[in-house]
Amino acid sequence: MLRIECPCCGLRDHDEFRYGGDASVTRPAHDDPDPQAWYAYVYIRANPAGLHREFWQHVTGCRQWLVVERDTRNHAIASVELARKLAPRKSLARKSPA
Amino acid sequence: MNSNHKRLSIGGRIDREQPVEFTFDGRSLIGYRGDTLASALLANGVTLVGRSFKYHRPRGIFSAGPEEPNALVTLATAGRRQPNLPATTLELEDGLVAESQNRWPSLAFDVQSINGLLAPFLSAGFYYKTFMGPTRRAWMFYEHFIRKAAGLGRAGSGHDPDRYDISHAFADVAIWGGGPAGLSAACAAATAGARVALIEQDFLLGGQLLAEQSDSAAAAWLRQAEAELESSETVTLMKRTTAFGIYDGNVIGLVEQRDPSNPQLAGEARQTFTMLRARSIVLATGAIERPMVFSNNDRPGVMLASAARSYLNRFAVLPGKKIIVATSNDGAWRAAFDLADAGAEVIVADVRAAPSTALAAEAGRLGVVVRAATRIVDLNGGHAVRRATLNGPDGQPEAACDLVCVSGGWSPTVHLTSHLGVKPQYRDDIGGFVPGAFPADRFGAGSMMGTYSTAGAIEDGHRAGIAAAWFCGKSMPVPAPSKLDLGETATALLREAPSIGRGKAFVDFQMDVTTGDIELAHREGYESVEHLKRYTTLGMGTDQGKTSNFAALASMAALRNATIPETGATTFRPPYTPVAIGALAGCAIGHHFKPIRRTPMHDWHMANGAEMIEVGLWMRPFFYRQSGRDSNEAYIAEMRSVRQAAGLMDISTLGKIDVQGPDAAIFLDRIYANGFAKLPVGRARYGVMLRDDGIVFDDGTTTRLAENRFFMTTSTAKAADVLSRLEFLLDTAWPDLRVAVTSVSDEWAAMSVAGPKSRAILSAAFPVLDVSDAAFAHMGLLESEWQGRALRILRLSYSGERAYEIYVGATAGEQLWSRLLEAGRPFDLKPYGVEALGALRVEKGHVAGPEIDGRTTLDDLGLGRMAGKRTGFVGDVLRRRPAFQAPDRQRLVGLECIEEGKRLRGGAILFLPGEKPYGHGRGRVTSVTFSPERGHYVGLALLAGDVASEGSEVVAVYPMKAETVRARIASPVFLDPQGERLHG
Repeated sequence: MLRIECPCCGLRDHDEFRYGGDASVTRPAHDDPDPQAWYAYVYIRANPAGLHREFWQHVTGCRQWLVVERDTRNHAIASVELARKLAPRKSLARKSPA
Repeated sequence: MNSNHKRLSIGGRIDREQPVEFTFDGRSLIGYRGDTLASALLANGVTLVGRSFKYHRPRGIFSAGPEEPNALVTLATAGRRQPNLPATTLELEDGLVAESQNRWPSLAFDVQSINGLLAPFLSAGFYYKTFMGPTRRAWMFYEHFIRKAAGLGRAGSGHDPDRYDISHAFADVAIWGGGPAGLSAACAAATAGARVALIEQDFLLGGQLLAEQSDSAAAAWLRQAEAELESSETVTLMKRTTAFGIYDGNVIGLVEQRDPSNPQLAGEARQTFTMLRARSIVLATGAIERPMVFSNNDRPGVMLASAARSYLNRFAVLPGKKIIVATSNDGAWRAAFDLADAGAEVIVADVRAAPSTALAAEAGRLGVVVRAATRIVDLNGGHAVRRATLNGPDGQPEAACDLVCVSGGWSPTVHLTSHLGVKPQYRDDIGGFVPGAFPADRFGAGSMMGTYSTAGAIEDGHRAGIAAAWFCGKSMPVPAPSKLDLGETATALLREAPSIGRGKAFVDFQMDVTTGDIELAHREGYESVEHLKRYTTLGMGTDQGKTSNFAALASMAALRNATIPETGATTFRPPYTPVAIGALAGCAIGHHFKPIRRTPMHDWHMANGAEMIEVGLWMRPFFYRQSGRDSNEAYIAEMRSVRQAAGLMDISTLGKIDVQGPDAAIFLDRIYANGFAKLPVGRARYGVMLRDDGIVFDDGTTTRLAENRFFMTTSTAKAADVLSRLEFLLDTAWPDLRVAVTSVSDEWAAMSVAGPKSRAILSAAFPVLDVSDAAFAHMGLLESEWQGRALRILRLSYSGERAYEIYVGATAGEQLWSRLLEAGRPFDLKPYGVEALGALRVEKGHVAGPEIDGRTTLDDLGLGRMAGKRTGFVGDVLRRRPAFQAPDRQRLVGLECIEEGKRLRGGAILFLPGEKPYGHGRGRVTSVTFSPERGHYVGLALLAGDVASEGSEVVAVYPMKAETVRARIASPVFLDPQGERLHG
């Protein structure tokens, strides 16, 4: 029964969203060969009682992936941001901007 | 006896002009509009209403509300059976048919009341002891009989003929409870400017005010409040509506009963499930009177004092002529006075040594006999009480009676406040639990907060209404509420101990839990309330222990020599009252259970003999009836026609994603295990995606339409997941990649022409296109237009035959399908369904959903070479973890059935010859088909790598059909290993 304030579409029922897991873990670079880094990213979770950063996608709305800060104790939502804004900007060694 | 002989000739809130006919246990009876089933039964002198859960003891009507533990009935009208409904909450309607429960052969003569004699064996912890102890074997034998004997009502097994509905509602302030506090809160909040929803489970507003005489000041106050709310445009009155739970985000779950008195609603939804979202909530849920604990306190004719008063004043039923009112507080005296005033002989047995002089004076005036410091210890009477044994300063006098009213004080109805984790707190001054500290958007008022006087409740509600409106930013001035003082005196608190005579003294009537059971639980160490509850089943009935909870706590506290807060309270969880599954399902049943997706060629399939099958939400042709007599015959015939001539298949369900942008090739290189960056424009490639953990995610083909534009297809099942995953990676991991992905699944109709004659058919269908092998090679792309719509043809094969996937604008799908069939007629082109499609790919050794099952890696599926030495793609690192390289890791193999006349089955477990067929075996059969080419069944299997040598034998065991069949391990490619047919 959550409602999420989508930065594009406004306050919407959680039925319109898809949960996408923990947003506090750092995804290794796509070519990172370190198994430990990938193991930590895929399997290690903190499971806090309190604020939890997590991904939600507005699947039946704008389809943007969001980072939602939700209190796991009472489902109060502290913040919602576009995941794109928070993501690392560099995954590509581009020679010059196109 | 004459009908309604216990009904008074005047008074009450029933309409004597509107008689209502109903049936109870086959007896035709008359009540009036405004009655509940319980009040109508009482009016007709029916006191025996049900049999108890375990001991089959006779039970009557105990309360006048949803807390009713005893008078549960089954509604059974034409085709309907709804069990375990409290007669006290059922609004009487014409033609209502109710049955008593848990009795055989009849309510009055019940053979199984012999369970009462077996009582020593049915004590607390009975189930645990029989399951765990040496009697476990005996349980196997007795279980059937005991299960039959114990229980409540029986649900129906037929189709529910009623309709249900679901709605959403919104309010600024939701007010829960239509008693004096709730009414006052609603008036205040509405005046302050808030949109108000007032929720009341009863069909009348008023709560406890309804138990006041209908010509009293209370009735006048109620009329005025009701009129004010009805005239307000911002107030929604939700009568007949039970709030069963409160959920995150201030969402309240409501079930509204259809108003049976409104003929315009006949045929409308019987119940409507509403999710009400409110900005703030006022809880004014009232309080429930507590029973008293003494021997045989469950006999028919024992009733809560407030209920007796309600039956008298609201329903004009005098439920007894010789009445004993047993009480520990002042409140029940008001019932005694009203009953005496109506002509009954009344004795008040008050456990307190010195009830107030004012009460004694009033008693004297009305001829009520008062016995102070006196309690009931035992009751006599089977189907109705006859005699009570009292214990007081005068020894143990006996008193004749036909009704015993009890009042052990009041318990605030804190259930709902607990649903979101607000723990109840004990208040010593009122001897009960009240809600703990509320969050900022919730408010409490009235007796639920321990304010037991009507005047106080109105004040409380007024304040809460203003506060709740203010929380929503509504703060228009609100005048003081009109006052109503019923002169209730403060109730002195008395912790009274159970008084036990010779019979059982019940704490939980519905679950048949006695003081003895609580003592037993205490003796055996189940002292915590949570243990007590589970060990004795206390409070676990459909009434959720609304009347029993406190008495049980008090008993345990006394046994432990502890205070009540030390003993603690159990946690209340939704639902507050039982909710019919039908209401929660609403309209989402049968055809409407889930959406159905149809391809653009759906109507053609339906008109041309397709047997359809659900694949996820999609409807797809399973096979065509003209191909054979049954699915087995049909799919083999359809396979043959593909292998020998050509077949046409609807593949519109495939996921289709448009991938565009300057970095599209780099993006595809990262998400597929095999490379795409070097794919030339105009060429397609089969690709496999992994998950981050190295397991195969999905497969499909992607075609390079232009330098920066690709057309991706996914499996039907994973279409949504793949798109979402691509968006995830672009949004969260690689936002610098200039790529856009868009679903185009519904924009295209898609069909596949497969078979040696497919090129000829294509050529006939599209005479202007050059489809020669020189111009259009395997894995090639041809883009054009057809009838003004985009046309895209890919030369791809799933069946192993020369084949073409044809995509056309969705609206032209059926037209092109028909055109192809027409062009293909001279070449024997036949449509085929998913069963043949699956069979063709198994014969060819292509993996699909049964193999890509979320547990298999590229190497498991024999596709490791696709990735080769590439790195930097999703799943690359973890797919190489050591566990995935274990020698006994299950890998894809082919199986050939080598027993004449037998078949392989998907799901069969594989063992080595001579191995005991037990446990998980060495692997499993994933997909099978009869192979017309081989002349026997072949299949794909996942088999432990250390035993999977080609040519050796395994045994496939299928326990569901007790089948065992020998099979030989083979290459999964049963047909054309060189791939020559692709060009044939």
